[in-house]
Amino acid sequence: MGFYPIVHGCKARAMKSFDWTRNEVLVFGVILAFCALAAASDPNFLSIPTLTDLMRNSIVLGIFAVGAMVVLVSGGIDVSFTAVAAFAMYATTVLLRDVAPEMGWPVAFLVAIAIGAALGAFNGVFIALFGLPTLIVTLGTLSLFRGALLTFIGTAQISNLPSGMRDFSRWMMIRGTDADGNFYSLHWAFAFLVVVVILTWFILNRTMLGRAIYAIGGAPESARRIGIDVKRTQMFIYIYVGALAGLAGIMHGSLARISNPQDLVGLELSVIAAVVLGGARLTGGVGTLTGTLLGVALIVLVRNSLIVIGVPSVWQSVVIGALILLGTGLPAYQALRAQRRAA
Amino acid sequence: MTWLRTPEGRLGVIAVAVFILMAMVNPERFLSVQNLTSMAFQFPEFAILALAVAVAMLTGGIDLSVVGTANLSAVIAATVMANYTGGGDGVGIVIAASALALVVGLIAGLFNGVLVATFGLPPILATLGTGLIYTGFALVITGGPAVLGLPPAAAWIGNSTLFGVPTPLIVFALLAAGIGWLMMRTSFGLKTRMFGANPLAARYAAMDTGAVLLKLYALCGTLSAVAGLIVMSRANSAKADYGSSYLLLAVLIAVLGGVNPYGGYGRIIGVVLAVLSMQFLSSGLNLMGVTNFAREMIWGALLIAVMLINTLASRRTS
Amino acid sequence: MTDSTAPLVTLESVTKRYTAITALDRVDMTIRAGEAVCLAGENGSGKSTLIKVLVGVEQPTQGRILFDGVAQGRITPTDATQAGVQVIFQDFSLFPNLSVWENIAITAERATGTKLVHRARARERALEVLERVGVSLDLDARVETLPVAHKQLVAICRALVSDARLIIMDEPTTALTEREVARLLDLIRRLKADGVAVLFVSHKLAEVLEVCEHVVVLRNGEKVADGPAEDFDAASLTRAMTGRDVAETPPGALDPSAPILLAVDSLTKAGAFRDVSLTLRKGEVLGVAGLLGSGRTSLAKALFGLATPDLGSVMLDGEPVPLGDPIAASAAGIGYVPEDRLTEGLFLEQSIARNIAVGRFDDHASGGVLNLKALWGEAADWLKRLSVKAPDPQAPVRSLSGGNQQRVVLARWMARQPRVLILNGPSVGVDVGSKAEIHGIIADLAARGLGVIVISDDLPELLGTCHRILVMKAGVITDEVRGGAGVTEDDLSHRLAS
Repeated sequence: MGFYPIVHGCKARAMKSFDWTRNEVLVFGVILAFCALAAASDPNFLSIPTLTDLMRNSIVLGIFAVGAMVVLVSGGIDVSFTAVAAFAMYATTVLLRDVAPEMGWPVAFLVAIAIGAALGAFNGVFIALFGLPTLIVTLGTLSLFRGALLTFIGTAQISNLPSGMRDFSRWMMIRGTDADGNFYSLHWAFAFLVVVVILTWFILNRTMLGRAIYAIGGAPESARRIGIDVKRTQMFIYIYVGALAGLAGIMHGSLARISNPQDLVGLELSVIAAVVLGGARLTGGVGTLTGTLLGVALIVLVRNSLIVIGVPSVWQSVVIGALILLGTGLPAYQALRAQRRAA
Repeated sequence: MTWLRTPEGRLGVIAVAVFILMAMVNPERFLSVQNLTSMAFQFPEFAILALAVAVAMLTGGIDLSVVGTANLSAVIAATVMANYTGGGDGVGIVIAASALALVVGLIAGLFNGVLVATFGLPPILATLGTGLIYTGFALVITGGPAVLGLPPAAAWIGNSTLFGVPTPLIVFALLAAGIGWLMMRTSFGLKTRMFGANPLAARYAAMDTGAVLLKLYALCGTLSAVAGLIVMSRANSAKADYGSSYLLLAVLIAVLGGVNPYGGYGRIIGVVLAVLSMQFLSSGLNLMGVTNFAREMIWGALLIAVMLINTLASRRTS
Repeated sequence: MTDSTAPLVTLESVTKRYTAITALDRVDMTIRAGEAVCLAGENGSGKSTLIKVLVGVEQPTQGRILFDGVAQGRITPTDATQAGVQVIFQDFSLFPNLSVWENIAITAERATGTKLVHRARARERALEVLERVGVSLDLDARVETLPVAHKQLVAICRALVSDARLIIMDEPTTALTEREVARLLDLIRRLKADGVAVLFVSHKLAEVLEVCEHVVVLRNGEKVADGPAEDFDAASLTRAMTGRDVAETPPGALDPSAPILLAVDSLTKAGAFRDVSLTLRKGEVLGVAGLLGSGRTSLAKALFGLATPDLGSVMLDGEPVPLGDPIAASAAGIGYVPEDRLTEGLFLEQSIARNIAVGRFDDHASGGVLNLKALWGEAADWLKRLSVKAPDPQAPVRSLSGGNQQRVVLARWMARQPRVLILNGPSVGVDVGSKAEIHGIIADLAARGLGVIVISDDLPELLGTCHRILVMKAGVITDEVRGGAGVTEDDLSHRLAS
């Protein structure tokens, strides 16, 4: 030891210091500030019904965001997941209605997940096998999947859901009334979000496959050189994300108690916004589940509770846009200045 | 036949082939004056948005705020017009409000340019954010519902014809020709494309990159405002969420037109050919009784197919 | 059957032909365990092809490769890894977004075939190898936060974790300071004692000669020299690589009455350079000698406005030059030919004409409209003046050789008629013939009254082109020598290193 004195100095510098400029910290701070403001203007804000509402509204958005994050980490971008979700949801509803109306919800869910995975594989073929840019492929399949759904499967919304989906919609985890007599409930669907987060965390952080996803996003050429099968890894990513979208889709339909094939599409940029707010980099290689979930929580808060802090809800979109500019602008501006300074 | 090896050449073949095919399948209706006119009224609004996106892509950026800018400009113009209480056609107020809309578009575009050039935000995020903000302002102004009650003259922009040619088509043709000329023949256009090819080398060559980006995004914003005015005129109203499906459509057309989304390559003629191919295809399919949804599906398939051909072709030559 | 006395790797008459060119022509070579071999050659001499053939990325057209005396058939990258051959590329092939331990352990962990991350085992491995090379690094630091020398250490550790018996290092010293090179050599000595063989591949190997047993020199795909390291010194190595003595005629004496063109006073930038003062006369070629990391590139960028200094001033002809603004610097008459031609200098897919005219498009336009004929005509004119063999000024600049590409960048700046031209590494990646011609252009520019600053770590180049040479170390100008007049390369290199 001790051949490299300078290294010891460096170690001291590299000691973990808490990084206040990380997106997670910023977003968490904004959420706390938001809640503090909301609690100040409406004492009822800090209550169980608010919390369960927030959780319920995070389910579908959260699953989408987890998928979008995995793609961003690998250095790609996916805008087709909403179309995949709508396709899986509606196709499953139609299939169950016409073929097996008495099937339980697990069957519906498996079918939707399988449809999502198949559509994801379609993306994967063009991205992994033919090496086309991810943005363009998924932009194309967004139109393609949505168009195919509305052309071949149907356009009418189905409110008389198959029994399995109806059963699922009534499946509450918690139900109750708080001290002020406000009713609250939390659906079991939230547990699915938790499972998706844990599963994705496990894949990303505890399997070699997950590390390969980060490696590809960080340095694709190096990944190839150390023998990572980039094509197979990409294929897995798009299938996995497709499956998640399928799950999100069927849950959305079940929770809303209506299967509308024109739903969901149009949400994709908000989801990506949530993920980017949470610190995932568009250039790939960087992104955490904590950040993603915080980003989702912030977007859901703004969407549902802006009025509580005295801002009319028509300002919602302005506020989210401003948050995106601040959340991504601060790090970008710092990086730009650092780059000009160092030379 | 070297032109066939360019993306534009292949696209030209596709456009002509689609036109001939549709004309053969349904000659009386596809080639009817009524169909041709209705096509000419339909596509200019999103084609102009596609021009804006294509121009941003030439720098290696993108403008996701085009629809937001279009609606904000239109809503402001419509609000001014709707509050006009003078009588008559209101030609004066329409001109004034349209000028105001263009200024709004210009300012919105400049703001994007400042975020990208001065603050170094990635264009995709900057314009995603401002797109939401502009849409949001339009919502705040209208409170949600459409602005109605425009003076009669407002209908002129989107619905009249000039020497038998629909006005929106004339506007689009002039803009496309103008921007094509701007990009190919002026120093601003060449700077734009050089910056897109290698931003770092542009800085090292002492090029005024900041000014180029500012002007470019301002141009995108102004183009969006023009599209917004046409949409407003055709709908005889303005709303914060009109044409929300146009954003991805505009990106799709730009890419289909051979513009490299990573910058450095793209020609306006390609965008025009892409627009025409899409319009011929969708009108023809419409006449055959195919729904809008099938059209959307075919667009998506077309985008992937063209991209695949371009990629495989360039891989073979290199 | 493994022969324990056989060399680790043997190349027998290895030839690699691509459709038009012969990249390797009957090359023989051996590397023994615990031996350091120096493979030297200019750019394009066949070094990279040899690495690729050795690790199975490319297959030889003829000849064979033996590992431990056993002839191999078709080698795949996996075979090479299993035989213990590891390459450390110039860019290190690390993952900037992952931690040190993960970067070190990832290949070895993958080789075990595990599906799960064994965090404790991987960290243990990383720690072990760091101890073996005598280094302590923060295991959890993200690699993008490390300085270059430490990244190289991580790459070496990664190779060692995979039981490397031969480590091939591509251009290992280019990014290192003198002190870091010394530490690297220390480490190599210990690895050799451990029985690990090292193959240094570079076009600049004088500094690693002392740890090498053996030197092989390639030129145009052929082995032109092969022998014990003691037989070589910097000069003979250069001679072998280039095929001629690079003794250039130093520039003629500078007119002592030539007025001062550029005056830099106490220019300081925290973390880059400190208190730099210099003057440049009309018609003078001033050299700046410094190793990578000495602040030489930062200084050049600051003079051209690409970086903003904290203190100090730059005067051109008595007028202050605004700092931190390349457009203002270029308007004042300063030009900069960057070091990394491919990313900083050229627009590769764009035409030669546009690459020459970039930055001056407005001069070719009236009312914003370009006069394309004038633009092309000017480009054709420059191509002729700088004798660039190019078919057409509208061909993409990518189609040119390195030397001609550099002349395109030079033409860009010469067309702007600068007063002062800063050239950073003017002959990096340029063939020998073009190099001499570029030096001719430099002399010509000076003769026409420009002030030229040449920044380089190529000492013969500086001695051959400059009137005066400043020595830069750790951000400070420490020495000044007169070019040509009796100063030898060894002398200069001593001043640089001491």
